[in-house]
This record gives sequence, C-alpha cells and structure tokens, in this order.
Amino acid sequence: MFESLSEKLDGVFKRLKGHGTLTEKNISDGLREVRLALLEADVHFKVAKQFIADVKERSLGQEVMRSLTPGQQVVKIVNETLTDLMGGAHEALDLSGTHPVPIMLVGLQGSGKTTTAGKLALKLRKEGRKPYLVPADVYRPAAIDQLKKVGAQIDVPVFESRTDMDPVDICRQARVAAHKAGCDTVLLDTAGRLHIDETLMAELQAIREALQPADVLLVADAMTGQDAVNMAKAFDDALHIGGVVLSKMDGDARGGAALSIRSITGKPIKFIGVGEKLADLEAFHPDRMASRILGMGDVLTMIEKA
Amino acid sequence: TKTRTILTTDIDQLFSGKRQIDDEMLEEIEELLITADIGVQTAMDLMDGIARKASRIQTPDALKQLLKQELQTLLANAAPPTDALQEKPHVVMVVGVNGVGKTTTIGKLAAREIHQGRKVLIAAADTFRAAAVEQLTIWAERAGAELVRHKEQADPAAVAYDGIEAALARGMDTVYVDTAGRLHTKVNLMEEIKKIQRTITKKMPGAPHEILLVLDATTGQNALAQAKMFNESLGVTGLVLTKLDGTAKGGIVISICQQLQLPLHFIGVGEGVDDLQPFDAARFVDALF
Ligand SMILES: Nc1nc2c(ncn2[C@@H]2O[C@H](COP(=O)(O)OP(=O)(O)OP(=O)(O)O)[C@@H](O)[C@H]2O)c(=O)[nH]1
Ligand SMILES: Nc1nc2c(ncn2[C@@H]2O[C@H](COP(=O)(O)OP(=O)(O)OP(=O)(O)O)[C@@H](O)[C@H]2O)c(=O)[nH]1
Ligand SMILES: [Mg+2]
Ligand SMILES: [Mg+2]
Repeated sequence: MFESLSEKLDGVFKRLKGHGTLTEKNISDGLREVRLALLEADVHFKVAKQFIADVKERSLGQEVMRSLTPGQQVVKIVNETLTDLMGGAHEALDLSGTHPVPIMLVGLQGSGKTTTAGKLALKLRKEGRKPYLVPADVYRPAAIDQLKKVGAQIDVPVFESRTDMDPVDICRQARVAAHKAGCDTVLLDTAGRLHIDETLMAELQAIREALQPADVLLVADAMTGQDAVNMAKAFDDALHIGGVVLSKMDGDARGGAALSIRSITGKPIKFIGVGEKLADLEAFHPDRMASRILGMGDVLTMIEKA
Repeated sequence: TKTRTILTTDIDQLFSGKRQIDDEMLEEIEELLITADIGVQTAMDLMDGIARKASRIQTPDALKQLLKQELQTLLANAAPPTDALQEKPHVVMVVGVNGVGKTTTIGKLAAREIHQGRKVLIAAADTFRAAAVEQLTIWAERAGAELVRHKEQADPAAVAYDGIEAALARGMDTVYVDTAGRLHTKVNLMEEIKKIQRTITKKMPGAPHEILLVLDATTGQNALAQAKMFNESLGVTGLVLTKLDGTAKGGIVISICQQLQLPLHFIGVGEGVDDLQPFDAARFVDALF
C-alpha cells in the first residue's frame, strides 16, 4: 500500500513519453503529487502552494540526469528546495550579552516548554555553562513543582517561585538570584497560552521587555496541523522570537508544521525534542526534516542509526 | 479577551463579487476544508459531492448548508451512546499522547459528575512525568474527588489496582484512571498501558468500562494514527477533543469518527474546571466555517 513520493512520481512520469527535459506540461501531474504529500504532512496549504511554484520555477527546462528517472529528478529538486527553505547550517542558541543571559521559552499549552527548559539546562551544563531554571508559570496546577523536579533530576538550581507572585516579578527576581548563585544562563519557563489570549500574550511581552532575553524560543509540537502558521505568526509578531524548538519528533508525525512555521516566521528551527527524557534534545537538520516531510525520512534515520 | 484573525478565509468571502461556483472556487473551498485539518482524502471526497451538485448552489448559504449536511453525515456515529446501565464503580481509563490534556480533562469530568451528585475517585497512574501526581492532586481537590496515589516511579498498574479496590470498598460511582502521556509508536509504553488495562480487569471483571482517548485539536493528520494505534491496543470507546478554544478546528476527528466508528463524548474549551462541553455535531460543524 505505502508508496513513497518517489515511487508515486515514477508512476506519474512513466505515462509520459520523450521526456528528456522537464516541461510545464510534463511536471504538472508530478507536482500535484508533491502538493498532496505536503498537505498530508500538515504543511499549510498556502505554504504548499508557494512551495510548488518555487519547485516549478527551478525545474522547468532542467535536463533529466542520466542516472535518474524523471520522478527521481523531481524528488531531488523538491528535496533540495525544501532543505534550502528550512535553513542552512545548524543555528545555535543565542547566548550573547552580559551574564546571566536570559533565555525565554514560550508556546501553546502542553507543547513541551517545561521539559525543554530542563533539556536545555542539561545541554548547557554539559557545555560548561551554569544554567538556572525559572518557573514563571503560576497558572497550571503544579507547574512550579514540575520544574523543581526537573531541576533536581539534573542538579540545576531552580528559583523558588510562588503561585501568588507576578510572573514578571518572578523573572526579575530570579535573574538577581541567578547572579548571586554564580549562574550564567537563566532559562525562563513560561505558562502555556493560546496565541489569541491577549492578556497572557501581553504578559509575555512584559517579561520580554523587563528581561531583554538574548533568545526567545517558540516550543511547538511536531504534530501540529494547519493552525501552526497562525500560532507561530502570533507569537513572532508579539515577541520577535529568535528560533523554534520542535518537540515530540520521536513519534511518526511527518512534521509539516516545521515548514509552515519556518516560512511564516523566517526564524530557524534550532532544536528538536526526541523524547521525554532530559537528554532527548538534538540539533535540527534541515535535510532530514525535508525527507521526513516528504515521507522518506525513516530511510535516512535508519541509515544513520545502522 | 481574544481576537481571531490571520490566515482564515470564509465562505462569505468566497462568494463576494457575485461569483459563481467554478473550478477555482471549488479549489478554494477545498482549501478551506484543508485549513480545518479535515485531511486531504476527506476533503477530496467532500468536494466530489459538492462538484456534482454545483449547479444547485448559487449562494454562500446554500453551499454552507450542503457542506454542513455532508459533514454531519460523516459525524453520524459521533454521538455518544446514552447507556443508563452502569456498573458500580464505572471505571474510565483516560489515555493519549503527551500533553493533550488528559489530566485536565479528568479534573473537569470529575467535577461535572460530582456536581450531578456522584461519588468520584481518581487513580494517579501517571507515575512517570515530573509532578504529574501533584497536578492531579490539585485537580482532585478542585473537583472534590477522592484520590489514590503512590510514590513517583511506582508501578502504574498497581496504582490502578488500588484505585479500583478503594472505589469498591468506599462505594464510589466512578473511577478515573489518569495515565502517563505516551506516543502511540512506543511499543514498550503501549505494552505498559495494556498491562494497566489487564490489571484493572483482574480486579474488577468487565472493567474498565470506558477507554477515553484524548486528542488535541491543534494536532493535524497524526491524530488519525494516534486513534488507530490506541484503538488497536486498548479498544477505545470514545474520544475527547481538547483545546477547541484556540483557532485550530480539529477537523481530523471527522475522519477518525468515520473510519473508526468512534463517538466523540466531550470537547475541551479552556483550562478552567467548567471548560468542558458535551459534543454537539451541529455546533462543531458550524464552528468549522
Ligand atoms: N515523546 C515526547 N514527549 C515530550 C517531548 N517534549 C515534551 N514531552 C512531553 O509532553 C508533555 C508536555 O510537556 P511539558 O513540558 O509539560 O509541556 P509545557 O509546554 O510545559 O506544558 P504547559 O506548561 O501545560 O503549557 C509531557 O508529557 C512531556 O513529557 C518530546 O520531545 N517527546
Ligand atoms: N486552552 C486549553 N488548554 C487546555 C485544555 N485542556 C488542557 N489544556 C492545557 O494543556 C496543558 C496540558 O494539559 P494536561 O492535562 O497536563 O495534559 P496531559 O495529557 O495530562 O499531559 P501529560 O500527562 O504530560 O501527557 C495544560 O497547560 C492544560 O491547562 C483546553 O481544552 N483548552
Ligand atoms: Mg509547562
Ligand atoms: Mg497528565
């Protein structure tokens, strides 16, 4: 049953004769398959449309390489375009500025912010830095407890927030406390919120204003559907995010949201979350993401792990 | 205060300037369906139906009417059964992938039942996630439910077992079993949850009476894979769709209800204890456009 995009495209192109070069006429059927693959992967339909236009422009007039079938040739172009769009080399966390450097995590409810704060703390500590965790979520039941436990697991200090404190005050006081404790990086774990919640979005803006974080990371779930564009745009408009962490990539979601978010914000995806454990954070690889969105990702990952 | 804007089009806009239904408009309608996460296949099926009846559709209202009709047909099986026959305690296991809203939904469901005069006990069988038990403890207090908890990292099946035992002893009407979030692709974790189910059955034959799968409306096509896998492993009896208070439409449940013949019991519309509503197909379909 399961056909990869490349097999589907081969099927499409078999029906065409005399195709030494890719022409408007002979690639349109192929591009329809590409569009379907993107939509099935949850890429936003407008993003998919633009993408198809880009691929078409790149393809027209290209000679089909001797070593490839026309289907493979189109996959190659699609893959390259997708990889380019998703950004070049890995972009690191922005840790510039005077110590302690604040880093802020934001996103929808349940996207993985608190877990990611712990993962980043562990990673930074391994790199020789001294992270400090700040629970700035006073709304979700036991959110402060959760981050405290996460901190205890990896031996990273956690600010003593209380639910009757104002989140902006928590962040201000926490930075002072982090400085006193000799820490150089302050990770601010904020409450999950909807991007249309004006009051809570204003709270994030106030934290950003007060702390001037070096990096603001949007934590987004890899399983997100078409709404990813609305969500990402709203967070970026309000906060000028510095990058994205794509969580829950250890499942089987194709992760088209990655392309949607990247296209709508232009911001790089910096990390991916690949599990619930605190060591489960990896650098983002645009090429792997591209093949995954196209439904060919497992092949690459398997080769990598073999 | 909430605002919604951005990349949404609606049917009224499509018809502005006295347009007729043509291929271009059909494509735009299809896009509208896709934006609601209805999925490519279902959207195409629906469009076939619309295209066949296109000559009869001259106004946006007529199109809306037709679409809603078709969608409601797809959701025909989505209404939950109203079974009066319930064993005591009625045992409900709540399952789903990470962060969808299982624990919060249990808090809301418990509060709702207690409001109806029933006695509810919650078993804290998520012993894995940091402070999951503390979170559930707060929800149980809010709802006025009793709670059975073990230490962190304890065997979740043992917690469920003790929960049923306590509920039997104390004459509870309902038991909710909160489970740790797990991706449907993780074989060992899916085995673990089957073990919880078996343990419950051992303590009380016929239980669990319900397996509620919680889905997040923000999720796209992957929700279908989640539903399939949880259903295969446990035999899901119903769905809850959370986070419908945002801009995501959760259209994938239409495919899920249709393909797996599962009813949708409740929708979550916020983080408060009252933010839970019985599913209403007509209202759900209305909100899609
Ligand atoms: N499988 C998997 N689970 C993850 C990953 N990241 C986070 N989670 C899980 O997702 C769920 C939600 O994670 P949290 O860190 O609590 O999310 P949050 O964004 O802080 O949630 P709120 O504070 O309620 O908005 C938990 O069960 C985490 O264990 C990941 O990369 N993979
Ligand atoms: N806006 C909104 N948020 C919700 C809704 N339901 C749950 N949430 C939020 O989503 C986040 C995750 O909810 P939980 O109940 O912890 O989810 P869970 O499935 O138990 O998560 P894990 O146990 O970590 O897998 C929390 O911040 C909740 O407040 C809803 O209907 N609307
Ligand atoms: Mg959190
Ligand atoms: Mg939970």
